[in-house]
Amino acid sequence: MISSKQLTYLDWSAQPPYLYPPYKSTVKRSPQKPLIPLPQTLAELTGPVYGTDDLKALDNDLTKNAVVNGEPLGERIIVTGRVLDEYNRPVPNALVEIWQTNASGRYVHKQEVHPAPLDPNFNGAGRALTNSNGEYQFITIKPGAYPWRNHDNAWRPAHIHFSLFGTNFLSRLVTQMYFPGDPLLALDVISQSIPDEEGRQRLIANYAHDVTQPEWALGYRFDIVLCGSQMTPFETRQA
Amino acid sequence: MLKQTPSQTVGPWFKFGLVFEGGNNLLTDETKGQRINIKGRVFDGDGAPIVDALVEIWQPDAQGIFNSPADPRHAEVDPHFHGFGRAETAPDNIYTFKTIKPGRIAWDDKQEQSPFINVRIFARGMLNFVITRLYFSDEQSNQTDPVLNLIQDTKRRQTLIAQLEPSNDLPTYYFDIVLQGDHETVFFEP
Ligand SMILES: [Fe+3]
Repeated sequence: MISSKQLTYLDWSAQPPYLYPPYKSTVKRSPQKPLIPLPQTLAELTGPVYGTDDLKALDNDLTKNAVVNGEPLGERIIVTGRVLDEYNRPVPNALVEIWQTNASGRYVHKQEVHPAPLDPNFNGAGRALTNSNGEYQFITIKPGAYPWRNHDNAWRPAHIHFSLFGTNFLSRLVTQMYFPGDPLLALDVISQSIPDEEGRQRLIANYAHDVTQPEWALGYRFDIVLCGSQMTPFETRQA
Repeated sequence: MLKQTPSQTVGPWFKFGLVFEGGNNLLTDETKGQRINIKGRVFDGDGAPIVDALVEIWQPDAQGIFNSPADPRHAEVDPHFHGFGRAETAPDNIYTFKTIKPGRIAWDDKQEQSPFINVRIFARGMLNFVITRLYFSDEQSNQTDPVLNLIQDTKRRQTLIAQLEPSNDLPTYYFDIVLQGDHETVFFEP
């Protein structure tokens, strides 16, 4: 059982390092001692399972799920994509959770102090489950850029935070989706922590005219590839 | 093969997206097994407690069965135990879980592992999560556990042992996690 590894591990050529000094908070929050290779026992080959019972009807529509007295302000968008494993197989029933600022760049979090207006009709959190083709969809408002204190005049590019569960303990991902053409991306130390340009591009959604709905909302496509992919017996490597 | 999507930090403002009422209580009235509390803090490299960390746990039921179809014994799982929990360290630097002591699971055909819980930590300043395991201080089988024995430095094995401390509530295990430095917790390469 432990003698053969069945799942793929994190690929450090694709992932940012723990320590990336330009992002100052990593300096004291990055492990320094050698990591022990994670065994692959049932605790790692399994993972929490979610179903449609865990979601409510408006969970994936952030333009409706927090309405108090009208529609949220800002540019309505549709964000859709596929969740895949590294062998290009769809991951069905993956729980996708997102959170983001409103159109002004303000989070609803109580401690957030950026002096941009809150929107009474927008909370900024949503959840979706992928279908049998691994597809998810959210309807939301395009988030705004916001300042942070990493360095002088530091701004985060507009982004949507994503959290995903695949089928096992290794296929877990928390990331951020960015928007094409954002001039702040080149100045953003969090996205620049990714080791290669191709990897940085993988976090930028594509504008998708086929997703855009006439007279209603612009469409973006953001596909996600999870780690912890089940290897076929031929590829299974010995420990 | 497709390249993995890169990880990014969970940031400081995840609460309204990821933390839900009751997400750190894995129990229902019908859950079988020894009920326990788990409490702890997450420290940075200066030894300062982190107030904006997110801790997730994944464990089997009291019989050592995971509520996941990938477990061959899934049909026999306690239907009142899901096995996943999520807690934040805000606002007092302490995360807490209410759960049950997990059953043992196999290492290979011959040996079982000492009871443990898989733990994952996210925080602002962490571009990737870290993974560790929580073992229980009152388990003799820790001595022979194959994963604890993978750790060469026997002193560092102690960083994975949650300490049972007297409590007039449920038995409470304390498990502090140190992200960096001399007392750094042993982390696994995911
Ligand atoms: Fe953010």
